[in-house]
Amino acid sequence: MSTYRMHLLVCGGTGCQASESKQLVENLQAQVLMAGMGNEVQVVTTGCFGFCEKGPIVKVLPDNIFYVEVKPDDAEEIVNEHVMKGRPVSRLLFTEPSRNEKISEHKEMPFYKKQVRIALRNCGFIDPENIDEYISVDGYQALGKVLTEMTPEALIVLMKKSGLRGRGGGGFPTGLKWEAASKNQADVKYIVCNADEGDPGAFMDRSILEGDPHTVLEAMAIAGYATGARYGYIYIRAEYPLAVHRLEVAIEQAMEMGLLGENIFGTDFSFDIVIKYGAGAFVCGEETALIHSIEGERGEPTNKPPFPAESGLWGKPTSVNNVETFANVPPIILNGAEWFASIGSEKSKGTKVFALAGKVNNVGLVEVPMGIALREIIFDIGGGIKDGKKYKAVQTGGPSGGCIPEAGLDTPIDYENLTRIGSMMGSGGMIVMDEDDCMVNVAKFYLEFTCDESCGKCTPCRVGNRRLYETLTRITEGKGTMEDLETMKELGPIIKDTALCGLGQTSPNPVLSTMKYFWDEYVAHVVDKKCPAGVCTALLSYYILPDKCIGCTACKRVCPVSCISGEVKKIHEIDQSRCIKCGACHTACKFSAIVKK
Amino acid sequence: MRLVTIHINDKELTVPDHYTILEAAKEANVNIPTLCHMDLGDLKAVNQVASCRVCMVEVAGRRNLAPSCATKITDGMVIRTNTPRAVKARRTSVELLLSDHPFECLICEKNQKCDLQKLAADLGVRGQLKYQGSMSTYEKDVSSKSIYRNLDKCILCRRCETMCNEVQTCGILSAVGRGFETVISPAFSLPMSETMCTFCGQCVAVCPTAALTEISCIREVWDVINDPEKFVVVQTAPAVRVALGEEFGMEPGTIVTGKMTSALRMMGFDRVFDTDFGADLTIIEEASEFVHRLQHGGRLPILTSCCPAWVKFFEHQFQDLLDIPSTCKSPHEMFGAVAKTYYAKKYNIDPAKMVVVSVMPCLAKKYESARPELTGEGVSNVDYVVTTRELGMMIRESGINFVDLEDSQFDNPLGESTGASVIFGATGGVIEAALRTAYEWLTGETLEQVEFHALRGLDGIREATVKVGDLEVKIGVAHGLGNARKLLEAIRSGEANYHAIEIMACPGGCVGGGGQPYHHGDSEIIKKRTEAIYREDAGKQKRKSHENEQVMTLYKEFLGEFYGDKAHELLHTHYTAREKI
Amino acid sequence: MAIKSLDELKSLRDKLKTDINVRSSGEIESNTRVIVGMATCGIAAGARPVFAAMVDEARILEMHNVTFIQSGCMGACHSEPTVEIRFPGKDPILYGNVTAELGREIIRKHVRAGELVQNLIIGRPFETV
Repeated sequence: MSTYRMHLLVCGGTGCQASESKQLVENLQAQVLMAGMGNEVQVVTTGCFGFCEKGPIVKVLPDNIFYVEVKPDDAEEIVNEHVMKGRPVSRLLFTEPSRNEKISEHKEMPFYKKQVRIALRNCGFIDPENIDEYISVDGYQALGKVLTEMTPEALIVLMKKSGLRGRGGGGFPTGLKWEAASKNQADVKYIVCNADEGDPGAFMDRSILEGDPHTVLEAMAIAGYATGARYGYIYIRAEYPLAVHRLEVAIEQAMEMGLLGENIFGTDFSFDIVIKYGAGAFVCGEETALIHSIEGERGEPTNKPPFPAESGLWGKPTSVNNVETFANVPPIILNGAEWFASIGSEKSKGTKVFALAGKVNNVGLVEVPMGIALREIIFDIGGGIKDGKKYKAVQTGGPSGGCIPEAGLDTPIDYENLTRIGSMMGSGGMIVMDEDDCMVNVAKFYLEFTCDESCGKCTPCRVGNRRLYETLTRITEGKGTMEDLETMKELGPIIKDTALCGLGQTSPNPVLSTMKYFWDEYVAHVVDKKCPAGVCTALLSYYILPDKCIGCTACKRVCPVSCISGEVKKIHEIDQSRCIKCGACHTACKFSAIVKK
Repeated sequence: MRLVTIHINDKELTVPDHYTILEAAKEANVNIPTLCHMDLGDLKAVNQVASCRVCMVEVAGRRNLAPSCATKITDGMVIRTNTPRAVKARRTSVELLLSDHPFECLICEKNQKCDLQKLAADLGVRGQLKYQGSMSTYEKDVSSKSIYRNLDKCILCRRCETMCNEVQTCGILSAVGRGFETVISPAFSLPMSETMCTFCGQCVAVCPTAALTEISCIREVWDVINDPEKFVVVQTAPAVRVALGEEFGMEPGTIVTGKMTSALRMMGFDRVFDTDFGADLTIIEEASEFVHRLQHGGRLPILTSCCPAWVKFFEHQFQDLLDIPSTCKSPHEMFGAVAKTYYAKKYNIDPAKMVVVSVMPCLAKKYESARPELTGEGVSNVDYVVTTRELGMMIRESGINFVDLEDSQFDNPLGESTGASVIFGATGGVIEAALRTAYEWLTGETLEQVEFHALRGLDGIREATVKVGDLEVKIGVAHGLGNARKLLEAIRSGEANYHAIEIMACPGGCVGGGGQPYHHGDSEIIKKRTEAIYREDAGKQKRKSHENEQVMTLYKEFLGEFYGDKAHELLHTHYTAREKI
Repeated sequence: MAIKSLDELKSLRDKLKTDINVRSSGEIESNTRVIVGMATCGIAAGARPVFAAMVDEARILEMHNVTFIQSGCMGACHSEPTVEIRFPGKDPILYGNVTAELGREIIRKHVRAGELVQNLIIGRPFETV
C-alpha cells in the first residue's frame, strides 16, 4: 500500500461541476501521471466547499493551499509549480476584497473564519463516492456505538439532551420526535429523510447529500434504531441528479459492507433505505404532503394532529427528519450531547447552515453556531454588500420568511429570535438586499412564489394569498390605496392563524414584515405614487438632464418606441406619454444624463 | 372507550376520547358552522379534509386556530368557539370563498339549497365583499347526460372527491393543478362522458354548491307535455314517493304516493304509471333467470342489474365477469319497452308519438336511457328522466300546493304494484323481492314470512343463507360501489361463494340516490326514507311480484312465457366491455 | 467485505486513517513538520526520492503525527537536497545533502527519537516570524 503524500481536493458539487470541475479533475489526474507522481499524489473529487461564488475550488493538502476559480487549463501549472516544486500558484489564490490581499489558507479567509462545521464537516474533505474515506473519518462508528452499547431509550435521552432541533424549518426537537415515534406501537414503522429542498436559493441539503451521503444513511439507521423503524425512505427532488447518484452509490456500498441491510454489526437490528423521487413541488417539503407523495397520492398536507409519529407513511408511525438534521446526528453520538449543547444559544443548540445569497460579496454556504449575529454573517463572512451599496434588509427562512432591517442585524440568530422579529429560521435561506431593492416588490415576489406553490387545499392559502398578491400587484402598479394596506394588515394574520399547513401559516410573513419595517415605502407607493428604490416600472419616469446631455443621439437611436426627440449636439427630450420605461436609453447613455425617478 | 373531560365555552362536559371538537360541541349544544365537513354516519362516508377553514375555534395553549371538524379532543382541552378571533377567522374564510364565487344566486341551480349561501347568510355577510379579485373561470362540462359540472362554483370542499374515490372507488374526480388554479377534475381534464364515471351522482348529492348538479331536462319535458301531438306517459320509481315530500318541507320519510300521482296528473301527463309495475316484471324475469341458471347449471352467482351506475361500473372494472349479471333491463326500461309496445298496441297509440318520462331518484338513469341498446326501432324505451328534485321543481313551477293535495291512484294497467316492487328502493330490497318469488317457484310452497330481515340494514356488505326447500341459498348484498368492488373481487378470486347478489351503487340504495332531495349531510334522512319504503311494503296486501295481476295479464296477452322469446327481445339486454382509463 | 462487528469497523478505520490523515495533518498544530525543499535545484539534486523515502519510513513506523510538506527554494542551493524538521514550539533544524537513506535515518533518529543527526545539520534556516 502506498501512502499519498499529497491530496488535491476538487469540489465536485453541482455548482462547481457546472463550471467544468469534472474536466479539471481529469486534467489534474493526467498532469499528475505525466509528472510520474501517480502513486504520490491523489486527486479526490469531494463535495461542496460552500464558497460557491468562487468555484471551482481546489484545495491542496497537507499544504493547506486553497485555490479559487480554477479552470481546467490551470491543471498544468498547479502540478508543475505547486505539486512538483512546492510553489503555490499565487494568481489562483483568493483575494480578500476589503484588503486586496491574497490569502492562501482557507481558514484565514473571512468566509471560513467564523464558520463551525458540524453538518458540513466532511463536505469538501472526503470523496463522497468512496465509503472507505467516510469510514476513515469515523463513519458508521456512531451507528456501531448505538447498536452495541446503547438502548433506544438511552439514545433518545441523549438526543433530547443534545438539544438538536429540526433543521428543515420547524425547529421541533429531534429527540422528542423520535420518542413520539418510538412510543407508538405498530408492526412496522418508518424513517423518512426529507430531502425535498425547495426554498429558492437554499442548497445545504443538496450539498450534504452530494458531499457526505453516508452521514445521512448512518443517521437514518440510528433514527431507525431509536424509533423501532425497519425501513427508511429518502424523498429527494428528481432535479438533484448528482445527489441521487451519490446516494445510490452510497447505499450500494453500505449494503455491501453490511452497514445497512440485515443484522447490522451482527445485532438484531436491520435497516433498509429506499430512494423516492419528488417532482419538485415546494409544498412536498411539508411532512404530511411529503408522505402523501411517497404513497403516490396528491402531494398535499393533511391536518395535524395526527402527527406522522402517530399515523404517517401508510398510516404507520413515521419520523420525518431533514437532511441537515440527520447530518448532525453521528457527531452528537460520538462527541456527546454536552459537546453539542455547548455550541449555540440557550434554546437553539449547535450550528445552522445558511445559503447566503443576494447583494453580498461572498455568496455561498456557511455553517455557523446558533446565536451568531446576522451582522457577522453578512458583513464578516459574507464580506458586506456588493459594490459598496447600502444594506437594506435580509430575508431569512425562504419564501415565507420575513425581511429584517438594519435594526435587527444584531439579533442573535436562533429559532425564537427570528420568529420574534417577524421572520423565521426556515431551512436557512438568507437573501441580502440593498438600497436598490423595493420592499413592496420583494414582498410581491415571494407571495407570487407561495401562490404558485400553494397546494390549493385550504381557503386562506388558496384564495387569501392570491388576494394579498393581487393587492401587492396593484400597489406596485400605482393603483393601491391606504385601504388596501389596512386590508392586508388584517388579512395577513388571519391567513397565518387559519391556514392548514406550515406553508400557508407563514406565507404572509414577507408582506407583514416589510409593512412593519418599511411602512414608508408602502406609503410612498400608495400616496406619492413613487417607488423610492426605482424598481416598480409603473411608478418610474426617465428624464434627460439638460446640463449633462451632449446630444450624442445614442439614446434616441436605441429607443424602441422612438419617443426621444432632439438634434445632434442639441439637448434631447423624452416624450413621457409614449415612453414604455424599458430603460434602454438609460443603459445607452455614456454621460449619466438619463435618470430614473 | 375512554371518557375525557373538556371545557367548551366554559361549559364542562365528559365525552368519549375519540370525539372531534365538532362532535363534542354538538353534544354540548354548541353550534359551530361547517362547510367542507361531512359525516354520513352509518353510510360510512366521511369527509374530514379540513380544507374550508370555516369551523375554526380557539384551543387554549395552541398557537393557531384549530379546525373543529378534524381536531380530536384531548383530556382537559379548553375550547372557545365564539371568541372574536374565531368568529372573524370563520367569516374571513367564507368571505374569501365568496370572493371567488359567481354572484348569481338568484338564477343558480342551487338557489336556496346551497350550503355556502346559507353560511353566508348565517354569518351575516352583507353588502360589499371585503375581498375582491380575479375569479376562476372554467369551461362548463355538459358532455354527459347526467352530471353538469360548473367549477366556477366549486369551493374545493373535496366532498365529491371523497365520495368518488373513497366510497365509490371510481377515482374519476380529484384535485388537479395548484394554488388558485386548483380544480376538481377527471384526469387529463377529460369531459365526464369520456371517463369511467358511473354517473351514480353521489358527488352531486354531497356538493354544497352548484358546482355539481344534474343535467336537467325539465324544459324538454314541459315541451312534450305541452305538445298536443304527444302522448306523454310518466312513471315513478319506488324511492321517489318516500322522498318527494322533503321538497315541500314535509318530514323525511313521509309517504306521498297519492299526492304525487295527483300532482303529475295536474301537470298534464296523459297517463301516470308506476315503475313498480316494471319492478314486478323485473322480478318475474330475474327470478326466472335465477331458477333457470340454478336448474341448468348456469353461471352463479347471478347479479342484479337494476342499477345503471353499477352496470357501467362492472363494464369498466370487471370485464371478465360480464356474463354473471342478470341480463334483465332495469325496471323503468322494462316499463318503457312494454308501454311503447303492449300498451300502445292495446290502446291504439302511435308508439312514435308516445313519450315515456321516468321520475327517478337517480342521475345514472339519465345516462342509461340514452344507451343505444336500450332503444327499439330508433325509439328509446325511455325518452326523458327527471330526478325527484326536478319533479319537485316542476310541481312548484306549476303552482300546485303539494302538501294539501288529495291522494289519487296510478292509472291502469301499468299502475298496479306489489310490496315486493316497493322495496326495490332500499338496499337489499331487490334480492328480497326476488327471493319471495323464487322461493315459491322452487319449493311450490307458499311463503308465509315474506320479510327477510337479514338482508336489510345499512352494513356495507351483508350476507344471508336462506333455506329454500333442500337448497341453502347464499345471498350477498352490497351498496356503495366500494363495497361492490370488494364483493366482486372476492368472487373473482374464488373466495366468495354466492348464489345471488344484489348491488346498488348508492349508499343506502335508491333512497340515497344522486337525484334525491339534498340531505345536506344528514344520513338520518336516508334512514327515514328506508323505513318508509318498508312501511309501504308492509301496508300492501300483495307482497310478491308474481301476485301482480296486471303483470300476469301482460304475459297472457302479449309476452307469452316467462323468460321466453318475446320477453328476451323486450326485457333483456347485454353488456359491453368498456375502456379502463 | 462485510463488517460484522464494531471492532472490525474500528480496525478498518485505523487502517484507512493513515491515508486520510495526510489531509488534516496540515492543520494539526502539534504535528512535527518535515519540509523538503523541492525547487528546481532541490529536485535536480534528488529531492523527490528523498521525500518519498521519508514518507515511506514514517508509514512503516506508523508515525501519524508527522506532516510532510514540500517547499520552494530555501536558499541553501549548495547543499540540496535540504530537509527541515520543525517540532512545535522549537527552533527548526535544517539538514543538507540528504539522500534517501539519510532521510530515513532523520525520520528514525530525529523525528521519532529526538536525536539530532549532527553531521548533516547545516544550521538554522531563518527565524520563524
